[in-house]
Amino acid sequence: MTAVFLGIPTAPPGVGHLRGDRSFPDAAREALRDGQLRANLGHATSTIRAKRAAVVGELPDWAELREAGRAIKAATMARLDEHLIALEEQVTARGGTVHWARDAIEANAIVTRLVQATGADEVVKVKSMATQEIGLNEALEAAGITAHETDLAELIVQLGDDKPSHILVPAIHKNRAEIREIFLRTMPGADPDLTDDPRQLAMAARTHLRERFLRARVAISGANFAVAETGTLAVVESEGNGRMCLTLPDTLITVMGIEKVVPSWRDLEVYLQLLPRSSTGERMNPYTSLWAGVTPGDGPQEFHLVLLDNGRTAVLADEVGREALHCIRCSACLNVCPVYERTGGHAYGSVYPGPIGAILSPQLTGVEDNASLPYASSLCGACYDVCPVAIDIPSILVHLRAEHVEAQTRTTPEAVAFRALSKAMSSPRLWRLAQRAAGLGRFLARGKTTLPNALPPPVSTWTRTRDLPTPPAKTFTQQWAEEHRS
Amino acid sequence: MKVALFATCLVDTLTPQVARATATLLQRLGHEVVVPPGQSCCGQMHVNTGYRREAVPIVANHVRAFAGALSSGVEAIVAPSGSCVASIHHQQAAVARRAGEHQLADDAAALAERTFELSQFLVDVLGVTDVGAYYPHRVTYHPTCHSLRLLRVGDRPLQLLRAVRGLDLVELPGADQCCGFGGTFAVKNADTSTAMLTDKMTDVLSTHAEVCTAGDASCLLHIGGGLSRLRSGTRTVHLAEILASTEEAVTPQQSTTPAVTA
Amino acid sequence: MSSREEILGRIRTALGERGPVSPVTRGYRTVDVRPAEVLLDVLVDRLEDYKATVVRCGPDEVAATVATALAAVQGDVVVAPGVPSAWRPEGSVEDDGRPAVDLAGYGATLTGVSAAVAETGTLVLDGSPLCGRRALSLLPDCLVCVVEAAQVVGSVPEGLAVLDPLAPLTMISGPSATSDIELQRVEGVHGPRALIVVLVA
Repeated sequence: MTAVFLGIPTAPPGVGHLRGDRSFPDAAREALRDGQLRANLGHATSTIRAKRAAVVGELPDWAELREAGRAIKAATMARLDEHLIALEEQVTARGGTVHWARDAIEANAIVTRLVQATGADEVVKVKSMATQEIGLNEALEAAGITAHETDLAELIVQLGDDKPSHILVPAIHKNRAEIREIFLRTMPGADPDLTDDPRQLAMAARTHLRERFLRARVAISGANFAVAETGTLAVVESEGNGRMCLTLPDTLITVMGIEKVVPSWRDLEVYLQLLPRSSTGERMNPYTSLWAGVTPGDGPQEFHLVLLDNGRTAVLADEVGREALHCIRCSACLNVCPVYERTGGHAYGSVYPGPIGAILSPQLTGVEDNASLPYASSLCGACYDVCPVAIDIPSILVHLRAEHVEAQTRTTPEAVAFRALSKAMSSPRLWRLAQRAAGLGRFLARGKTTLPNALPPPVSTWTRTRDLPTPPAKTFTQQWAEEHRS
Repeated sequence: MKVALFATCLVDTLTPQVARATATLLQRLGHEVVVPPGQSCCGQMHVNTGYRREAVPIVANHVRAFAGALSSGVEAIVAPSGSCVASIHHQQAAVARRAGEHQLADDAAALAERTFELSQFLVDVLGVTDVGAYYPHRVTYHPTCHSLRLLRVGDRPLQLLRAVRGLDLVELPGADQCCGFGGTFAVKNADTSTAMLTDKMTDVLSTHAEVCTAGDASCLLHIGGGLSRLRSGTRTVHLAEILASTEEAVTPQQSTTPAVTA
Repeated sequence: MSSREEILGRIRTALGERGPVSPVTRGYRTVDVRPAEVLLDVLVDRLEDYKATVVRCGPDEVAATVATALAAVQGDVVVAPGVPSAWRPEGSVEDDGRPAVDLAGYGATLTGVSAAVAETGTLVLDGSPLCGRRALSLLPDCLVCVVEAAQVVGSVPEGLAVLDPLAPLTMISGPSATSDIELQRVEGVHGPRALIVVLVA
């Protein structure tokens, strides 16, 4: 069953950052030529791969945790409505207010209205994929509200007028020298003697943001988890910028995708082991904040939770693809992906890059709006191996390719070719004829062991960079049949 | 044992020497080899490119071609390709079932249980690691993605290679990295595919091996196509060809021609 | 139709006819059976691995140990209201509930914890009088936490089991850190740049 058939809307176009303006192969072609990007990504991903492997290897029960992580998410999705209602009840009972947003437009409007009601003209933000997805910063800006990103990597991206390229480390495509240059250029009062030492750069960010934290009246966050039975929200972070935002302002607005709910408190014991080891390669991230509603005398006294759909229910409608909603945004799949490692995140055009992005973005927008992404994988399977909740990304990629092919109303040359080939491969007689025709290619080689480079498309896309051996005069099955004719 | 050989469409059409080597090897080990004449393709390329409906008749053809073999006393089906065997195990029944062809799905699943990738068949079913091969060359082994992650062949190919007399096995750096083939990925995302291939070739060439081997002819076609274009001199040879080689069938002087000619 | 009703309706449509929910198998470890002394060593190892400073002392030596550890720290020491007087170093002041941002003026904070998880090197503060409000352990640049041996559990599941899900909880594993520059870990960003753990056994 598909969302289109059921009439469930996908994420609307024209708002947010789920759609690129170019196809993946076109964007990738350009990224591949960027030697600095390739070097930065190669260095960063190999570093994190080794760290992850070491801390995952420490746990003798990783496979069991992974299976529990998968099973809890599957069970949650099967009763998603009930868990969301329970969450709403618990958050409300503890002094919070719950809002429901059908899509990016509605979520942006709710948040803007809530900020305006406080009279504030600026907000501090904890890194959040959901607010990136809906383009909240742009919406706030249009309403005259300045949003300050406070995560170091988000800050680098914001100051550099850049786009995030990784789920966990949005500035992974920048190296220390480039970050130093951005800071010197854009941070008012930056120390001109600032070096490219990561510690010094982190300290520069600390100084830059300190005063903003202390004066902030409104904070906006995402959520890693929300516990339905208790109304507890969780934000997992490292730098302490999250704690600043979740603790100091009077008003906290949390925007959360509806798939982030987990049924019980106990479920966190699984994810708080899976997530840090998979994402930063640490046994535990430095800070995890958990809160339920409002606590008198401690932290924000006004708390709003915005529950966001924006295409998630459309994903849920696909029995194969819905597993993509299990993602806990660790980004381990990006770090092991040979495609991501070479093209970087911008080539995917969506805030969700890499293997998980290649199955999530097309489902949130409808496959036709991100039709090249399901093909942006060699199906090597490394992503499935490292996924802490065992999302079978390669199978979903293949499924989405079929959804794309089957959605075509006009017959493409590719479809003609594949249908003809299907006919041939289904009939021994036709197949032998087709093989014989392929064997005729040997005459193009004029006696050489490889075919000429200049062949018509689509063969040329192969022969541009690789030789193709000259086909033999006879196939193996043909020879064998001749030898064994009784 | 009576064994049916599934040559696979790519090997049959482009690199018949790989299927010949597989047959020769199995015969040398004392097994009877049959090659069902109606065979064509497992359907993987169609499934992986999005043509899962069009894959169903291909699966049906495969089942027709091999079901007869089983009823005539064949105990196992062997293919010199991790990728095709993985498709037979993980995809065939699923696409048939999705199309509502439940009988076909059941039949495909039953065939899959008897279908083995060459190294798994040798080590797990036949229980041999020393197949009596001789191959006096410096060789590095690329564990192709589907053999590694879908079939979990593990170090079986390496066990087999270590037992080959005269063979100097050198470890491939970054071995578990994809070569960038990925079926139609190599064409639809030719630039990214080439970038991956370049890095794979860099690792292969760093070993100074004469030969890069693997259990998948498709990945070898890709790596070998790149190495050939660079005139590197390092060539790709399928695992089956190495295992089929003996003192009688190959000498160092003949090293640039296939061990077992097709 | 309200957004709430519409989203809930979409979910019900998407899920279609509902079968039973598959049970969740929790085959992972939920207890760490290693002896208490081993767990203390593991905790120390993990804390130090993440660049926290650990000092061990007896129950009667807490105040003196804290004072020694803080000797080099500039500024006043503020303590959570429920910290026992026997732990408080001379000259420290109690959190008087001033506006949270004003806590930034202190040089160091002293709190207890509600639990500690050995395997991950994690301390948990729960907003109780012993741990103080959240801003207290956040704004001063040095955080000193007193951990009593009996509060140490082995695994994450054991840690969560003793916590109150309704309390404002902060899990702390080492000083604040970032890996945002070339995925290289750098300790000390917005939270306290120094974490000192006094382990009482």
